[in-house]
Amino acid sequence: MELFFQLTLAGLAIGSIYACVALAVVMIYQATDHFNFAQGEMAMFSTFIAFTFLTFGAPVWLAAVGAIAISFVAGLIIERVVIKPVENAPILNQIIVFIGMLMILNNMAGWIWEFTIKPFPSLFPSDWGVQSELIGPHHMGVIGLTLIVLFAIFLFFRFTRVGLAMRAAAANPDSARLVGVSVSWMLALGWGLAAGVGAIGGILVAPIVYLDPNMMSGVLLYAFAGALLGGVSSPFGAVMGGMIVGVLENWIGHPALSELLGFKMNELKLTFALMVIVIVLLFKPAGLFGRVVVKRV
Amino acid sequence: MRISTFLASAAAAVLMMGAANAQTVGVTDTSIKIGNTSPYSGPASSYGVIGKTHQAFWEAINAAGGLKMGDGKTRKIEFVSLDDGYSPPKTVEQVRKLVEQEEVAFTFNTLGTPTNSAIHKYMNAKKVPHLFLATGASKWGHPDQYPWTMGFQPTYDVEGAIYAQYALQQVKDPKIAILFQNDDYGKDYRDGFLKSLGDKADKLIVKMLPYEVTDPTVDAQVLEMAASGANVFFNVTIPKFAAQAIKKACEIGWQPLHLLNNVSSSVGATLKPAGLECSKSQGLITAQWLMDPTDPQWKDAAGFKEWSAWMDKNFPGNEKVDVNYVFGYNASTLLKHVLENCKDFSRPGIMGCVANIKDFELPMALPGIKVNTSPTDFYPVQQEQLSKFDGTKWVLFGQLYDASTK
Repeated sequence: MELFFQLTLAGLAIGSIYACVALAVVMIYQATDHFNFAQGEMAMFSTFIAFTFLTFGAPVWLAAVGAIAISFVAGLIIERVVIKPVENAPILNQIIVFIGMLMILNNMAGWIWEFTIKPFPSLFPSDWGVQSELIGPHHMGVIGLTLIVLFAIFLFFRFTRVGLAMRAAAANPDSARLVGVSVSWMLALGWGLAAGVGAIGGILVAPIVYLDPNMMSGVLLYAFAGALLGGVSSPFGAVMGGMIVGVLENWIGHPALSELLGFKMNELKLTFALMVIVIVLLFKPAGLFGRVVVKRV
Repeated sequence: MRISTFLASAAAAVLMMGAANAQTVGVTDTSIKIGNTSPYSGPASSYGVIGKTHQAFWEAINAAGGLKMGDGKTRKIEFVSLDDGYSPPKTVEQVRKLVEQEEVAFTFNTLGTPTNSAIHKYMNAKKVPHLFLATGASKWGHPDQYPWTMGFQPTYDVEGAIYAQYALQQVKDPKIAILFQNDDYGKDYRDGFLKSLGDKADKLIVKMLPYEVTDPTVDAQVLEMAASGANVFFNVTIPKFAAQAIKKACEIGWQPLHLLNNVSSSVGATLKPAGLECSKSQGLITAQWLMDPTDPQWKDAAGFKEWSAWMDKNFPGNEKVDVNYVFGYNASTLLKHVLENCKDFSRPGIMGCVANIKDFELPMALPGIKVNTSPTDFYPVQQEQLSKFDGTKWVLFGQLYDASTK
């Protein structure tokens, strides 16, 4: 039973990282209707920026805040420079731009910081929170911070003018333009915010998986699964989806289940994640928590 | 009609053979062309450093006027290294390009087990020397089936066997857990280990867990192994996962005899990220054949000084922690040795030369390790020594284990 709790809590912790990246994916999806395949690499790059601050002797919280701020600006710039020119291009062009960015960021990070793994300190002190054998302080902090980020995003979209304008720009660009919202800049802002949220995800995952240019490759796949499972139109759904995928992944990987079923489930973890996506999309195309969006054609 | 075609083609074949004798493809009196594929992009791009080391190595030799070879001629080395992104179909494409368009004399240190598997048959069908592969799989040393392919480093299965013997010696009532990467590399280690345990394997192994390279962490596996009560942990993982496993085992206070595969034994690249205190408390054991560049005990060794000076010249500003530079330097030095002593530069002649290396010492291999090959022994490096981590460096102990005498 103790192992069950340990696996579940560890699953929640790793799930919160999927949740953070899924959240970033959803934010861009909401603004542009596309999955940003470079989201993971952007988060990785942000984490390297924080790492650079650390090597200059900055305390870890300051490095994190600095990296998030830089990522926000970089996200804005990426949208203006790279994404805007293909805004009205066919969807394939856009996807190719995303994949191109993925490769450029990955290799650039390797070129600047090398491919060897680097330790990254936790944002949370080791004597933080409830001392428990079931879950480490970092994992506890990860879950907490993810929920705080989600809450902050909720408040931002619900109660601020900019948030409202961004929602308007995404929901009905034409009307938004008529009431004076700069739709184009709202998209850029969405990219900036997503880059910032992604940076938080990267900074949280790095102490667990170690920092290297390929850090996010595995994470992004599960984050996509989480985002789809929870619903690509809902930030709350993305977080829940990420957590569910994390917990399921840990359960599925457990050998007791393999013994029960008589074949090795552990090797089917990825297959399972993809199966979940397919099944959910078959029966609930908008995801578990997503709203069904009806579009006029 | 048929007979005349046959005669014509036979005559053509004779002519071509004559031409081949006079001049091997890729070899002239002033140059030799060598091909290589490395993952400069893609998931294994950290190993791209090895290819870059080779390029710098041969450029430096060319800049000094070329290499005086065993037949008395001084040649420049045209080293053509292409990116295969660690993707086997890409390797096939690039190697065909090297052999058929670039017309290299042979390929050297092509990197990766799946990638080399994809060109194994092709190279042997084309009769192009496929030399000193940068992979520890055990299948590169079969001259009876594949006379044109030769490996380089000690094989994973041999290393696995060394650990198994050590565990049986050291632990009275061994309960063994194995964590391995679910591919050729992980299975080679695992199988070598299991084979060495023999009939007892079933009884001694309490947990055998795979992981996928795409997994974010191996934390769940480590928890599971610790819960099984294992007192021996054979850790067959690449650096990122090795560091995770060491850290996790240390965090939860699991203290098995921790056997760490050499793939992840770098102090700078694995143990520092895992935490030196943790690594020390785990009492890590590994088998080694390369000098770890971050290990202070080598700083006065002649080979290390040579490598270090070469690094400063060719990679100024490099921190010299990445063991891939060491690996590449050793492999290139071995090829240089072969070329310097080879008298026959036809393709069969080159194979004859690489299959006749006697007691050559690599600059950055552990003291006492010697490269030996023969027409029936296509495993150049077969010696390794166990070492224990003391908190800052690996301390070698016991004797040099030599797989070739077995």
